[in-house]
Amino acid sequence: MSEPLVEVKNLKVRFDVREGIIKAVDGATFTVHYGQTLGVIGESGCGKSVTARAILNMVPKPGKVVGGEILYHRRRPSENGSEVTEIVNILDLDPDGEEIRQIRGGEIAMIFQEPMSSLTPVYTAGAHITEAVTLHRLLPIRKVGDQMAETIQAHRRVSKQEAKEIAIEMLRRVGIPNPRERVDAYPHQLSGGQRQRVMIAIALSCQPDMLIADEPTTALDVSIEAQILDLMRELQEETNMAIMFITHNLGVVAEMAQEIVVMYLGNIVERASVVDIFYNPKHPYTRALLESIPRFGKGRRQRLTSIKGMVPDPFHLPSGCLFHPRCPHFMPGKCDRIEPKWTQVGDNHWVRCLLYEKE
Amino acid sequence: MLAYLARRITYALIMVVLVSFVGFLIIDLPPGDFLTQKLAELQSRGDRSAELRIAEYRARYGLDKPLLTRYWIWATHFITGDFGESFQYERPVSDLLSQRLMMTAVLAIATLAITWLVAIPIGVYSAVHQYSLGDQIFTTISFIGLGMPGFLLALIILFFAAVILKQDIGGLFSRQYQDAPWSIGKVIDLLKHLWIPALIGSVTGAAGLIRIMRGNLLDTLGQPFVEAARARGLPNRTVVWKHAVRVAINPLIVILGSEALPSIIGGNALVAMVLNLPTTGPLFVQALQTQDMYLAGTGLVFYTIFLLIGNLLADLALAWADPRIRLG
Ligand SMILES: Nc1ncnc2c1ncn2[C@@H]1O[C@H](COP(=O)(O)OP(=O)(O)OP(=O)(O)O)[C@@H](O)[C@H]1O
Ligand SMILES: [Mg+2]
Repeated sequence: MSEPLVEVKNLKVRFDVREGIIKAVDGATFTVHYGQTLGVIGESGCGKSVTARAILNMVPKPGKVVGGEILYHRRRPSENGSEVTEIVNILDLDPDGEEIRQIRGGEIAMIFQEPMSSLTPVYTAGAHITEAVTLHRLLPIRKVGDQMAETIQAHRRVSKQEAKEIAIEMLRRVGIPNPRERVDAYPHQLSGGQRQRVMIAIALSCQPDMLIADEPTTALDVSIEAQILDLMRELQEETNMAIMFITHNLGVVAEMAQEIVVMYLGNIVERASVVDIFYNPKHPYTRALLESIPRFGKGRRQRLTSIKGMVPDPFHLPSGCLFHPRCPHFMPGKCDRIEPKWTQVGDNHWVRCLLYEKE
Repeated sequence: MLAYLARRITYALIMVVLVSFVGFLIIDLPPGDFLTQKLAELQSRGDRSAELRIAEYRARYGLDKPLLTRYWIWATHFITGDFGESFQYERPVSDLLSQRLMMTAVLAIATLAITWLVAIPIGVYSAVHQYSLGDQIFTTISFIGLGMPGFLLALIILFFAAVILKQDIGGLFSRQYQDAPWSIGKVIDLLKHLWIPALIGSVTGAAGLIRIMRGNLLDTLGQPFVEAARARGLPNRTVVWKHAVRVAINPLIVILGSEALPSIIGGNALVAMVLNLPTTGPLFVQALQTQDMYLAGTGLVFYTIFLLIGNLLADLALAWADPRIRLG
């Protein structure tokens, strides 16, 4: 396994709303590695987007991080030209401060779930990209005739003209037809799929170390989705970028991710390699999720199994294992009393379920 | 865009013609109008020369001809800048207007500037720091400003200026500058007087504008594109002003257009009357009271023209500011 980039440890996020407290994330632990893709799956409302926002230290208003840490292994060029890694706890940074702003967009970029309204309506697609590029991207200054021993790296900001060229190039790469013209298109002149591709172009234009993609392809049709996924993988290979890929689409995540975490009601219930999750799922919730995808070869008349029961009310969470009211392997007197702990069930395969806990 | 502009201007011209006709009816219709009154009065006194003058008016405005002809005569005169004569002042309406228009415009612009320069930053502050102490204070103040009757507010400000600041209130100039030629001293004297009516005139508008700006910006700040801008690493200032305020302020452009230009000609008549200001507002109000027809009709037509131009400019400004309207 390659080097860690972001380690989320026991992250807890709460929303204090009038009706009570929502534990949107309650003890999430996982690691994103350089050059790898981590898939995050789970039903709607399980806390995927909140976790993603916490990584950028921008949990929205009534929300509050109440515990845990997010360790970012930040690679920076050092004095003598080589790279050093410093570890920053993102949650300790001032949320409006200089450092987190360098990280946001420049080192960890995010694509949001709402493509239709994530672009500022009064600015063109190109303006969005050039704004980000001039903010974050530095170009090395080549000095002609310098001594060989010269190792100090000088950087300069990208000029307006260069930024525009980068914008056009990025739009071309995400498959916007006629990018030289479309760079001046306003959001309302773009289709939903095109807007989403512009969002992706903005995120990738600064060559971030990590990309958080929150359901990035839900608005796209299948062929464009495939094109976007290819693009992400291509850039990942080029720049060793890490991807945190949040999705409902298990087919897509199987294609993209090396490792998967499964979330349920703010908890991570299982994490394993993509192969283990798909061929050897342990947690009853993971199994139920997998069974709910239609599969080729199943009888056409056979009904799609959906997960039994309803997602519980977030203000009245069940005791013990959160999944027990819906679990086919419910053990009375045990699952409703004891909170499951992390249990290792294989090589790098962890699950939180009492079925696997030894006494 | 050009077709749109042409269409808008055509509509505006049609509106002006219609309104000018109404304006003319105001001038023309009243049976006991100023002219006949004056004639009766003069005749009873046996003033021969006045009767001659009135005969001259009759000929000039074709008072014996049919309605449409009279309208035509009046309108063609109007276009050439001859708005008729004020009977009250016995001077051409154009003289009266040109004398007062400049001060009305100065006051209106000062009022607008105070309104917007105060309201926009406060509205933005209130939205960005929603529910903070500052927001609560501004919210309370703006509700008081909205709810308080204008005259009461005027009295309070006058009291404050007269008793506490020992300021000379009323009018726009001190006595010694009243008829003096323009000089630095006169400008300073004007500014000393101007702030009182400008402040009184701007409170209600500013209070309303604060509420609108705050509400619009709160809506906008909740939009995904604001969060997306922040996630790109932009500083808070840029996120708020360049992305959120820039979008939230667009609807206010319409308000500016439909208020600004008309207020330049009409002004705030109530305040102007209380403070005895040399602006057009009191002139028009008086004209309506005394049936000074040419003055009243001219005022109405000008007010409409300014309103239409203001709306047109506002729409153009909005199209310029918002690509969804410009290109959509
Ligand atoms: N601004 C907010 N105010 C109050 N509660 C919130 C807010 N944002 C999220 N939540 C709550 O936090 C929980 C997790 O939400 P989150 O958006 O992370 O879900 P998700 O897994 O991304 O779902 P989806 O797949 O639908 O996007 C939900 O119960 C939601 O109600
Ligand atoms: Mg989400």
